[in-house]
This record gives sequence, structure tokens and C-alpha cells, in this order.
Amino acid sequence: MATVSLKSLKKSYGRDEVLHGIDIDIADREFIVVVGPSGCGKSTLLRMIAGLETVTSGDVLINDENVNQHEPMDRNIAMVFQNYALYPHMTVYNNMAYSLKIAGTPKAEIKERVERAAQLLQLTEYLQRRPRQLSGGQRQRVAMGRAIVRKPAVFLFDEPLSNLDAKLRVQMRLEIRKLQRELGVTAVYVTHDQVEAMTLGDRLVVLNDGYLEQFGSPIELYQRPATLFVARFIGSPAMNIFDGMADGTQVTLDGGVRIDTGIAASGRVKVGVRPEHFVADTNGAFKVNTSMLEQLGSNTLVHGTLAGASGAGAAEIVVSLPGIHTEAMVGEGLSVAPSELHLFDPDGKRIDG
Amino acid sequence: MLPLLLILPQLLVSLLFFFWPAAQAIYQSAYIPDPFGLKTQFVGWENFEFLFGDRYYLESFKTTAIFSILVTVLSMSIALWLAVMADRIIKGSGVYRTLLVWPYAVAPAVAGILWLFMFSPGIGLITWYLDQIGVDWNHSLNSGQATGLVVVASAWGRISYNFLFFLAGLQAVPRSVIEAAAIDGARYWRRFWTIVFPLLSPTTFFLLVVNVVYAFFETFGVIHMITAGGPQQATTTLVYKVYADGFVGQDLGSSAAQSVVLLLVVGLLTIIQFKFIERRVHY
Amino acid sequence: MGTVFGTGSGMVEKRGKALWLTHVCMIIAIAFICFPIYLAFVASSVQQSELVKPPMPLLPGSHLFENYKEALFTGINAPVWKMLMNSMIMGMGIAIGKIIISLLSAFAIVYFRFPFRGVFFWLIFLTLMLPVEVRIVPTYEVVANFGMLNSYSGLILPLVASATATFLFRQFYMTVPDELAEAARIDGARPMRFFFDILLPMSRTNIAALFVILFIYGWNQYLWPLLITTDPEMNTIVMGIKQMIPSGDDLRNWPVIMATALLAMLPPVLVVVVMQNLFIKGLVDTEK
Repeated sequence: MATVSLKSLKKSYGRDEVLHGIDIDIADREFIVVVGPSGCGKSTLLRMIAGLETVTSGDVLINDENVNQHEPMDRNIAMVFQNYALYPHMTVYNNMAYSLKIAGTPKAEIKERVERAAQLLQLTEYLQRRPRQLSGGQRQRVAMGRAIVRKPAVFLFDEPLSNLDAKLRVQMRLEIRKLQRELGVTAVYVTHDQVEAMTLGDRLVVLNDGYLEQFGSPIELYQRPATLFVARFIGSPAMNIFDGMADGTQVTLDGGVRIDTGIAASGRVKVGVRPEHFVADTNGAFKVNTSMLEQLGSNTLVHGTLAGASGAGAAEIVVSLPGIHTEAMVGEGLSVAPSELHLFDPDGKRIDG
Repeated sequence: MLPLLLILPQLLVSLLFFFWPAAQAIYQSAYIPDPFGLKTQFVGWENFEFLFGDRYYLESFKTTAIFSILVTVLSMSIALWLAVMADRIIKGSGVYRTLLVWPYAVAPAVAGILWLFMFSPGIGLITWYLDQIGVDWNHSLNSGQATGLVVVASAWGRISYNFLFFLAGLQAVPRSVIEAAAIDGARYWRRFWTIVFPLLSPTTFFLLVVNVVYAFFETFGVIHMITAGGPQQATTTLVYKVYADGFVGQDLGSSAAQSVVLLLVVGLLTIIQFKFIERRVHY
Repeated sequence: MGTVFGTGSGMVEKRGKALWLTHVCMIIAIAFICFPIYLAFVASSVQQSELVKPPMPLLPGSHLFENYKEALFTGINAPVWKMLMNSMIMGMGIAIGKIIISLLSAFAIVYFRFPFRGVFFWLIFLTLMLPVEVRIVPTYEVVANFGMLNSYSGLILPLVASATATFLFRQFYMTVPDELAEAARIDGARPMRFFFDILLPMSRTNIAALFVILFIYGWNQYLWPLLITTDPEMNTIVMGIKQMIPSGDDLRNWPVIMATALLAMLPPVLVVVVMQNLFIKGLVDTEK
């Protein structure tokens, strides 16, 4: 039903540029998650698509039509806000019907569309209540209902789940995804929560400080992070990063550990290893001085420092081993398959072999 | 365009009835109309010089100050006492509140006539009682009595307002603080003066400013009704004098100069009020 | 622990007696405060002849009905019902006018960015420093030039701009989350539609509370009507009382004057008592 394209989109407040040229093409019915730390510009990006912020330079295209100058209501979009933004003095019914009333939709059709949306969201029995009489999850549903009844081409979500408790968040996450598939709309979803991002998105947009770090599927981001920032941001616990010196396909880490990377490079580099990619191996190059164990049942997190390095400069390391381990594994060896190693240049760019 | 249209009504009224007259006052304060009212003559600061050489004008400054202080202190102390009592009564304090709030709605001028009636030299009930104990009451001759009556009538109408704010202030004092003081062994009045009253100070300061402003302006009705500024201008406040000189005396130059002086005084009071209110936000 | 219990039980014991004393003090205080009104009520229920020989009676007489009838329909300079109506128009006009003007200007200031917005804001703010008492003579001249002496517009318009109300609404609008305006924008509501559909209904309580305060303010005006209404038919009731008192002491018709005084305070007092909670909210809001 709708494609969205951003062409070298920039935003400045006065002299302060907060988005430095973003290029994204979103396919029809795709679920795109924009993720990044707070202040990275992700909400600004969403609000520019919505038409709530003006475009400083570049273009926003919806269905190949330039909508830079269009009012939000003329963009065929709907938005779900972080704090829901329900009209407090209106019933649930009127909240959902408001946009249709303004558009002059016939009463019978309004009723039908609101009731259908209410049914879809299990809100039928609450239609005559006011927002303050509802729970957080129900309010969230009303906010989605308000978006659904308009049958928009694009759904915009601005951290819609961040005011809910953890359990409800998981449940609503699934519902949002299901709903988006059923309705067959294009969705752009902003969050700072990487788990939400990984589970919801067909593709992810990782923003940092107004720059697009990487745009790709969750698996791509996990397996081939384009930058050090993405490498650290995606995955939990975060990737281990070691400084080292490359020479051909070999890297000597600052602690003295020598590893084979299979990627040709030279000079200072950073080597990234995900905690879950360490494998116990008595001949392994990595040796850990354990400081703490975290038992999660399904796996065990080992916190410590890389042995071999001396004193204060010793690199921190986190290892995730499957199953239950109770002993401190001082000096025990670990190895990593070369294919699971990530190499970055000093600027944080990925080095590929 | 739309926002200008929205703000236009307020702007028009403000310009026509606030700023234009205020500018006129400043302009007129530098002129004296000739005796026939046909021409005006520029006199510079003369109106002001004359004003501050006028014994009656300087007196009215003093009258205003004394009057404001008395009304403020009297109404606030009675209100505080009532609020403390109402705060102690948990059951039925709503009834007392209702009985105490309604005098707020009585216009100052109406309050004036009620008190005038009680203290009327010929027929007033209180005058008669005072006469029985040998006090000769005639506020139209005795300036001390006139001031007293005007002060009491003004303070009377002000008690409700102060009471409401004090009561709200008292009820906002955290119970736990009072309980902690009780556990520390402080008796009621000691607790009041060492704990509650200091915590109430934002309310008290706020009321001080508001009551002074009130005494400046809103009491015109009381004065006009009871004493008409007399005897011998003993109850002529600054505001009353602007009215008396401008409308009764038709001395426009002087009245305008007085308006300008008042403008400065109000400006000062407003600044104090805002400075203070801004601080209050941080409490 | 011992001390705590000791103090506690001491307090409770004392509280019984102290509470009684408090109630008694309170009742006496209220009696004192209400006394002037009670006396006015007694005076409005007796004949003039009973008042001129002091001391006046302390219990209501039997002429209540005829005194009020005389006041309402004959009065002294003008029938009081006429003055009551004038006051009602003035009170309502000022309250409604101020609320409408302030709702709109606060809306402009909070929700729009436009040239000179800051200047306008300061202009409105400055009117706080210009109460009518400060500018009486020139304002009188302006109103006279417009030919608005002895008219309702002359009574109402010069008092209708209110920085206080504008600030109150501005304050309230600023507590309304921005997302609500944005949601409305996405729903297709233009600014005025947002104002009428969303903002206005949400301000209901604030409007009502402010109305109570402003109505009393307008009703109780004294100086301004005194200046611009020379025609007794246009007098408001609060200032009309003064016109009922002739200069000579002996001629005062006290029962009718006191009846008028009570009639003058009745509407605002009723408003305060009936809408007590709104009134207190309004009072606290406007002074914040």
C-alpha cells in the first residue's frame, strides 16, 4: 500500500544540526524499527515523516510523492505516541472516531469502523469509558485503535511501549507485530530498546548522534555489524572489544594474546567477540581471571579480565557459557572461531577480509 | 494571521483602556490646564515638585502606609488564629470553613456601610454602648476613630481570604514533621512556633504582599463609604487622593502626577510580588 | 519509649478539653464576624422609628417584607431591582468577557509562534501594573470620548482585559501535553478545531473556577461605576448604596439602605457558598 523514502534528510535547530543526511528506502508492508540511544535523533526522524517537524533539507517521499510540504493529516499516516495522547475528556469511542468525524465520514461508517477496530483490539466493552478509567495496556490499545480506524498507509510508533511494565510490553509487542501483518500496512517504529527492535523489525535503522550507522535485517546487524557502535549496541550482553595490533591475518591483543583472524589488516585494530561465541578449549588463546559469575540457568555469565595482560590495563571480558558453571575458571582456556571475530579499524569501521 | 486575530481582542482593550490612559497620565503630569480649560501649558516637573511640597500629599503617603500595615496585620493575625483552630478540629472543619468563607464575597463598600451603621454617631448600636461606658464616638470628627473604623471594616472583609490560604498552608504541613516534633517532646504551642509557623512562611509572605496591595486599592470603597477621606484628610490614602483631586477637585495636572507616582508604586509592588512568587515556586 | 507514650497519652487527654475550648472559641469568633450582617438583617426588618431611638432592637421586627419591597421596587434614587440587574450585567459581562478574551490570547501565546509574540506577551503582562485606580482620570476621558458614559459597555470594557486570567490559562495550556495537539493535528484538526474540541472542554473546571472569582470581582466594583454612571438608572447596586445616603444624617432611611446592602451581597455570597470548592480552586489558581 505504501512505500516511504527518505532522501538525504537533514534537520537543524538553528545552527545545531541533529540529523546529518539520512537515506532510507522502506518497502511496502515492511516493519522498520529505528533504534538508537536517547538523543540520537530517532524521534525527530519519525516526526519528520509524520509532518510534525519541518524538513530542513532533503525529501520525505510517501508512495513516491514528495510530502515535505504536506500537513500531517494529508500524509495518510497515523501515529501512536509514547504517552498515548488520548483526549482525556472523550470516551474511547470518540477518541477513535475523532479523525473520521473531522474528515466528514458518514456516521454509520464511523460506527462500523470504530466497532471493528475495537473488536480487533478487544476494546468493545470499554467504548463508553474515558481514558482515565482504563489501565495502561488498554490505553495503549485505544491509541492503536485511533490509528487503525483511519486505515492509514503508514503507521508511525514513537516508543509506544515504554510506559508499560515488562510483562505487558512483551505481550503488546507481539500484538503490534500481528496487527501490522494483518492490516498489511507499512510501519516505522522508534525505540531505544534493542530487544524490541530485534524482535519487531523486518529491518532496523541504527542511528547514533544523527548519523545512520547501519540499515539492515536484525540478523545482518548481529552477524555483520558495520560499525563498532552497532556491534556494541546490538546483542546482550554487549560484545567484548579488545584493542590490538594487526599484522597480516594475525592480531596481537594488547595483553599479549595472539589470535588468528583470517582477515588481512595492519596497524591498530579493535577485535570484537560476542560473549556467547567463546567456546571452552584448553588450548584456547583466551584465558580469563574470573571476578564474578552470574547464573541465569540456561547459561552462565562469566565476568573477569583477560589473563596475560598485567595490572590495571587488563581488558575486561564477559563470557556467556551454555549451561550451569559454578567454579571460577581461572586460567582456563577459551577459543573463538575466526568466523565469529569482528575486526574494526580505529575509526570504528568494519574491516572485511 | 490567526494568532494575531486571537490575541487582538485583549490587545485592543489593553491598548485603549490601559496603555493609552497611562500614557495620557504621564503626558498630563507635565502640563497644567489654564483656568478655562481651553489650553494646557507645559510645566515639566512642576506638578511633581508641587506635589511633593504639598503637606497633605505627604500625609497621605503616611496614611496609606499606616493603613496598609494595620489592615494587613489585623486581618492576618485573626485569620491565622482561626485557621489554627480550624486545623485542629478535624470533624466539622468543613462547616466552619463554609461559615468563614462567605464574607469574601461582601464588597468592600458594602462592608463599609455595615460598619458605618454600627458606629453611626446618631443611631449606631456600638456607638450607644460606647456612650454607656463613657466613650464619645464620632468618627466624622475624631481622626483616630475614623482611621480605626476604616481599618476594622477593611480587615473584616479580608479575614476570609487570609483564613483560606492559612488553612490550606496548615493542611499542607506534613503530619510526619509534627509527629516527629511531638515525639521529640515539644508541646503544642512550641511545636506551632518552632515547626509549623516557619513552614508556613511562604504563605505568610505571600499574604503580606497581597494584603498590602489590597489595602492600597480595594479599600477605596470602604473609605469612600465611611469617611470620604476625612476628617481633615485623616483617612485619605493615595488612591483616594487621586480620585478626590481628579474628580472632586478637578485638578487634572496634579491628579495625573499622582497617577504617575502610583504607577511607580504599583510597579514596585508587582515586581516584589513576582520576585516573591517566583521564589515560592521553588519551595 | 516511655517518653513517647507519656507525651502521647498526655496529648490525648489534653486534646479532649482543648478541642472543646477550640470549638467554643471558633463559634464565638464566627459570631463576631457575622454580627455586622446579623445587625443589618435586623435593621432591614424594623421601621425607621425603631432605629432612631438607640439602642436599636436586637431581634428581627415584623417589617421585613415591606422594607424589601420598598427597596426593590421604589428604592431611594432608583429601584433596587434595576441596580441588581445592572450589577448582574456588569458582573457577568466582565467575567465572561475576561474569560473569552483570555482563553483566546493564551491560546495564541502558547500554541503559535508569530512575530512580536514576546512583545505582546509583555504588553499583557504590564497591564498587571495598571489597575483601574491608577488611571482613573484618563480612562474616564477615553470612555467619555467614546460616548460610553452611563452605558454597559463603559462599565464592562475598561475592566475586561485581565493579565491574571491570561496567565492562568497560559499556565493550564502549558500543562497539556504537546502530543495532544500533535495527535489532533494528525487526526486532521485545524487549530481552531483543536481549540474548541479539545482545549476548551479540558479547561472546563478552570473556566468555572475563574468565573466564580471574576463574577465576584465584577459585581463588587465600586470606584469605576461611581465615576461613569451619573444616571441613577445605570447605577450598580454596590455603588448605588452610597447614593442612598444623603449628606444630612437625619434623613437616612436605614431599613431600606440595610435591605439594599443585604441584597447587594446576596448574589456573590450565594455563588461562593454554593460553588465553594470551585471558588477555592479559583482563588488558589489566580494567586499562584
